[in-house]
Amino acid sequence: MKILVCAKQVPNTNEVKINPETGTLIRDGVESILNPDDDNALEAALQLKDANEGSTVTVVSMGPPQAKDMLIECLAKGADDAILLSSRAFGGADTWATSNTIAAAIRKIGDYDIIFAGRQAIDGDTAQVGPQIAERLNLPQVTYVEEVLKCEDKKVTVKRQLEDGYEIIEIPMPCLLTAVKELNTPRYMSVKGIYEAYEKEITVWDEKDIEADPNQIGIKSSPTRVFRSFTPAPKGKGVMIEGTPKEAAAKVVDELKKKHFL
Amino acid sequence: MFEQKHEMLRKLAREFAVNELEPIAADAEKEGGYPKELWQKAARYGFGGITIPKEYGGAGGDYKSLAIVVEEFCKKDASASSLLMSNSLSGAPYLYYGTEEQKQKYLKPMVLGEKIGAFALTEPGAGSDSGATQTTCLWDEEQGCYILNGRKCFITMGPICDYAVVFAKSNLEAKGTRGISAFIVEASWDGFSRGKAEEKMGMHASVTSDLIFNNVKVPKENLLGKEGQGFKIAMGILDAGRVTVAAQGLGIGAGCLDLAIQYSKERVQFGKPICKLQDVAFKLADMATEVEATRMLVYNVADKLDKHETVTLQAAMAKYKAGEMCNQVAYKALQIHGGYGYMQDYAIERMTRAARLVSIYEGTSEIQKLVISGNLLK
Repeated sequence: MKILVCAKQVPNTNEVKINPETGTLIRDGVESILNPDDDNALEAALQLKDANEGSTVTVVSMGPPQAKDMLIECLAKGADDAILLSSRAFGGADTWATSNTIAAAIRKIGDYDIIFAGRQAIDGDTAQVGPQIAERLNLPQVTYVEEVLKCEDKKVTVKRQLEDGYEIIEIPMPCLLTAVKELNTPRYMSVKGIYEAYEKEITVWDEKDIEADPNQIGIKSSPTRVFRSFTPAPKGKGVMIEGTPKEAAAKVVDELKKKHFL
Repeated sequence: MFEQKHEMLRKLAREFAVNELEPIAADAEKEGGYPKELWQKAARYGFGGITIPKEYGGAGGDYKSLAIVVEEFCKKDASASSLLMSNSLSGAPYLYYGTEEQKQKYLKPMVLGEKIGAFALTEPGAGSDSGATQTTCLWDEEQGCYILNGRKCFITMGPICDYAVVFAKSNLEAKGTRGISAFIVEASWDGFSRGKAEEKMGMHASVTSDLIFNNVKVPKENLLGKEGQGFKIAMGILDAGRVTVAAQGLGIGAGCLDLAIQYSKERVQFGKPICKLQDVAFKLADMATEVEATRMLVYNVADKLDKHETVTLQAAMAKYKAGEMCNQVAYKALQIHGGYGYMQDYAIERMTRAARLVSIYEGTSEIQKLVISGNLLK
């Protein structure tokens, strides 16, 4: 089985602080990480690889050259190879242009059975790129996959998360699945994996390599316009309740009763 | 000195330490050992074979990589370097002196987390003075094997090891250390027994006991290296082993510093966090400077080992410095914690007790000074 994983390098938003004067994100010194949902997507791919001998996992990412570090991490977890789509022509892309770019790369790869993507990236939170790739490639897709139940005879059966329940869906391969964090617990890299990852070559493709239509990629071809971005006003200071745990718990219950929450 | 792979390895070791070691460290200390699953998990991610070549299940990495992992593990749990022993004391004797068959039979299962090994040198009457070794392993022509008799003490992993490299006199006529040889002894053999698990001051998760040998038959093929080579093997392994212990001291010191910084920011007295008090802030500055100086020494020795240079002097310096530093830093970190630091609910209490061992085992600080001064004055 040939499995593709779409992954993105994102700033660790848990560590991002906001400049109170300008209202913008302070990205300086913030580490870049593998997007958490994409980590679940990779883990799902690696589990299928472990269960099906002879399978391969290829990770595809669009980003600046430093995104190679994130791809090395994917290799060190067990992916077989990695492709970085990197070029000035791809810069500033919104989800429409990004999915065009990634879909063009996947067309070039050609042969695949399942594409896994994370549900959404923590820096943009759109949850659009995965589904858009499926549309561009005319593939069946299931979003919000929380469990892969069966994968045989060119068909996959998955459990799809809903707000108040779930659906069991069977779809033919090739297909695209987007992963939620409940799907699995991602593995760590391994010591051996790290050593081997640095011996591997990461393929870098630009717009010519993937034969992308110049009118479909990058900032010029991105219809999304951001009119305004703002930081919500911080909430007021909380109330500190002091005392022993027992006393504090009693005080909390009193307060909640006063406010009619209990 | 460091490459990108080292930074990636640090990231992995840190994640593993935060997610797998820190949450169970207090329980492992109370229960006196790690759950079997943790040993297997550590092995599955390759920590058992960082410096062991690929053909024996390892990653074929360097000593800097090992020191990085030891440092990161010990920041969260001082005992956790015992999970890495197959890279140093338990495994290195096979790697450097074992036959191909011995490596496949004994080293590989350790690296894969299937078996646990030990290094049995110390005796009740012979610590750093190996010449005083009383344990004997003499060739018996009639039975066609060696016969091992004696007692080893303070053996890390003694209570749970599947086999051990045992140093014993195979030639009673040879003077001093020259009659010592190394043997691979399996715990399942007749005449092999263990003392009770020692109740130590700290590092309870790293288990320790005596190993007792009563007429244990050791086959010829279980001689490690050549007869009479034992002392040379032990000293060679200990040089490299000191780097691991120095990295452990570094990790404990760095971990205590982290705990002190965190606590001093949270603890409010006189209306402000205590880190705003100059005495506390200056203590932190001193501690951080000591940790960083030790880090330089430790990674310098690891780098020299990777370049196959002799490290006896620098390894002794790094081990001496790390052993003393982690005690000083732990003391100050506990002082910053005040009364809470004396409570077992706080990690600093466990780390402080653990630090005390680093200036004692694998050669006390005084023995390291003997090695250092001996090198200066020769």
